Amino acid sequence: MNPPLLHIEDLTVHFHTDEGIVEAVDGIQLLVPAGEIVGIVGESGSGKSVTALSILRLIRKPGRIVQGAIRFAGRNLLDLTEEEMRHLRGSHISMIFQSPRTSLNPVLAAGWQIERLIRLHKQEKAKDAREQAVQMIRQVGIPAPERIYHEYPHQLSGGMCQRIMIAMALVTNPKLLIADEPTTGLDVSIAAQILDLLKEMGQRTGATILLITHDLGVVAGYCDRVAVMHAGQVVESASVKKLFRQPLHPYTIKLIHSVPRVDVDMVMETIPGNVPGLIHPPPGCRFADRCQWVMEICRKTRPPVQSLDGDHLVACYHIGNS
Amino acid sequence: MGEFIEILDLSKHFPVKDQSADFRLLTPFHSRQAILRAVDGISFFIRKGETLGLVGESGCGKSTVARCLLRLLEPTRGKIFFENTDLTGLKGESLRLLRKAIQMIFQDPMASLNPRLSVRQVLEEPLRLHERVTVKEREERVLEVLEQVGLDRELLTRFPHELSGGQRQRVNIARAIATRPKFVVLDEPTSALDVSLRAKIVLLLEELKSALSTTYLFISHDLSTVKYLSDRVAVMYLGAIVEIAEAHELFRHPLHPYTKALLSAIPIPDPEVKRDRIILEGEIPSPTQIPSGCRLRGRCPLAEAICSEEIRLREVAPDHWVACHFSGMQ
Repeated sequence: MNPPLLHIEDLTVHFHTDEGIVEAVDGIQLLVPAGEIVGIVGESGSGKSVTALSILRLIRKPGRIVQGAIRFAGRNLLDLTEEEMRHLRGSHISMIFQSPRTSLNPVLAAGWQIERLIRLHKQEKAKDAREQAVQMIRQVGIPAPERIYHEYPHQLSGGMCQRIMIAMALVTNPKLLIADEPTTGLDVSIAAQILDLLKEMGQRTGATILLITHDLGVVAGYCDRVAVMHAGQVVESASVKKLFRQPLHPYTIKLIHSVPRVDVDMVMETIPGNVPGLIHPPPGCRFADRCQWVMEICRKTRPPVQSLDGDHLVACYHIGNS
Repeated sequence: MGEFIEILDLSKHFPVKDQSADFRLLTPFHSRQAILRAVDGISFFIRKGETLGLVGESGCGKSTVARCLLRLLEPTRGKIFFENTDLTGLKGESLRLLRKAIQMIFQDPMASLNPRLSVRQVLEEPLRLHERVTVKEREERVLEVLEQVGLDRELLTRFPHELSGGQRQRVNIARAIATRPKFVVLDEPTSALDVSLRAKIVLLLEELKSALSTTYLFISHDLSTVKYLSDRVAVMYLGAIVEIAEAHELFRHPLHPYTKALLSAIPIPDPEVKRDRIILEGEIPSPTQIPSGCRLRGRCPLAEAICSEEIRLREVAPDHWVACHFSGMQ
C-alpha cells in the first residue's frame, strides 16, 4: 500500500436541528493511499457526502465538525485558518459534484470557467491560460474544443457538462480529487465513459481519487480500495478484491446480495428493517436491529474496529467470535 | 391480432422550436419549427400475464410510449389494441372504463402523490371514481390494498410528507392496484430509491404480479433490475425498438450493436469479472434530426453503406427480433 495522502481519524460531524442533534458522521476512520482510487459506498443518509464536505471544510451551519482529525499531506486540515483552507480548495483538493449542470455557472461560457481557475490558481498570463483551457477541454475528450470553449452550460449535454467539471477539477493539478456521485443522473453508457475518463485522467495527472457512490458495480469496476458506510459509520473497509471475495460485515454481505446483476442469475435478497434515525441513534452497533447475527453486546456498546490480515478493517462483534 | 396488448406502428411527434438554428441570427420571422420524433413507428405486443421490460437511455422515447398507452398523450399515428379493442379512438365512458383496467406507477414517489391528500384519501379516490361500492366495502378494499403492499394501518391518516421514500412508493403502488387493473405500466418505479429499498420494492412488485395475475410493462434504464423482473425485454434507441427478445436470451446473446454496447457499459458488482467495453462514438443525436436508415449508423462500429437503407425488426431466432442489417449474418 502506498503512503497515505489523506488520513481521517475519528471524524464526528453533528447537525443541530430543531428535532435534536443529528449524528450524521460518527467517529469514522478512513485511509486514502496516494495514487489510488478509494470508494466510499453507502445508501442515502449514510454520511458519505458529509464526509466529503468535511474534508474541504464545507460543512455549513447547523452542521459542525465535533471532533477528529483530517490529515492531508501531513497537515491537519481542521487546524488551518479559513484563509489557508481557501488556498487549498481547488488547487490541492478539488471536487466534482453530482449534478454537473447546476455546479457550472450558467451565465459564463464553459471554457472561461476553466480559464478563470487557471488564472486564479496558477497566475498565468491571459493568452497562456486560454491555451491551457482549450488544451484541457481536448484532454477530457471533447471534440472541437475551440467551439465548446464558447458554449454555455445549457447548450451542452449532461455528459459534456460533467467532462467540463472534470477539466475544471484537474486543471490545477490537485493531489486529491473528490468525486461525489459523479455519474448519478447520467445514462449508463455516458456514465461508463465519464468513469473511464476519471480513471485515465487520475493516472495521467497523478491525482488520488476519492469516489463516492451508492453503486457497488462502480466500486468493483473502478476502485482499488473501498469503505462501506452505514448510518454515519464506516462498518468495513478493505481492498476491493477482498471486500467482494470475502465480505465480513453483515451489512456489506446483505448489500452485495441485494443488487441484481446482468451477468449471472441470482436470487435477490433484501436487508430487513430500515436505517436507524440519526437523532439519538442506538448506543451499540447501528446495524444491530437489522442484523441476523445480533448478540446482546451489539446493542450495548459500539463494536471496535478490528484489523484482519493487515488492511481489512471491520467493526463487528461477530467477527472473531466465530 | 389476438395478443393481450398489440401496438402497431405507433408514433408520437412533437412540434418544437428548432434548437439547431443559431439563436443569435433569428428574428421572429426566421423562427423555424422542427419535428421531434419521440416515438417513431414502433410495433410490439405484450402477452397476457407477462412482464415486458422496456429499456433505453434518456430521451429514447420509453416514457412517451407509456403515456400513449394510457392515452395521457394522443399518438400521432398508429394503433394500440388492448384485448382487441383499439384504444386510440376511445372516448367518454369507454375511455373511463379503460382507465380502470390500465394503471400506471410513476418514477418520483413524492411528485406523484397529492400533498394535500392523506393516504386514505389517495387510496379511496380510484375506488370512488371507478367502482360502485358501498362506504363499508370501500373501507375494506383500502385496508386490503394497504396490506398487500405491506403498509401499516396507522399510516392511513398520514400525509405524503410524513412518509419515507419507500412508504410513498408503496402508497403509489397501492393506488395503482386498488382497481385491480389488468395491466400496469411501471415507469422507472425504482429509480429514485436506494439499493436496499429498491430490492424490497422489486420483490413486492414481483409478488403482487402473481397475486393479482396482472400484466406489466416495466420501463427502466436500470438493466439489472429489468433482467430480474422481465420475461421479455425490448431495447429502444432514438424512438425505435432495435431489439426485442426473451430476457435471458437478450442478456446472454445480444445481437444489435446498440444492445451490446449498452450491456457492456453496465457496472458489475464483482471486481473479478473482466469484460470488453464496446464504446459507441459520440452522443445520441437529437430526436429532431434522426439519421435516415439505421438510426445508429453514425455511431456504430459495424456501419457500412447498406446501413443508410431502412431497416425494420426481423425475427432472426425464435422470438428474437433485431433491427440490424448484419444480424443473423455473422
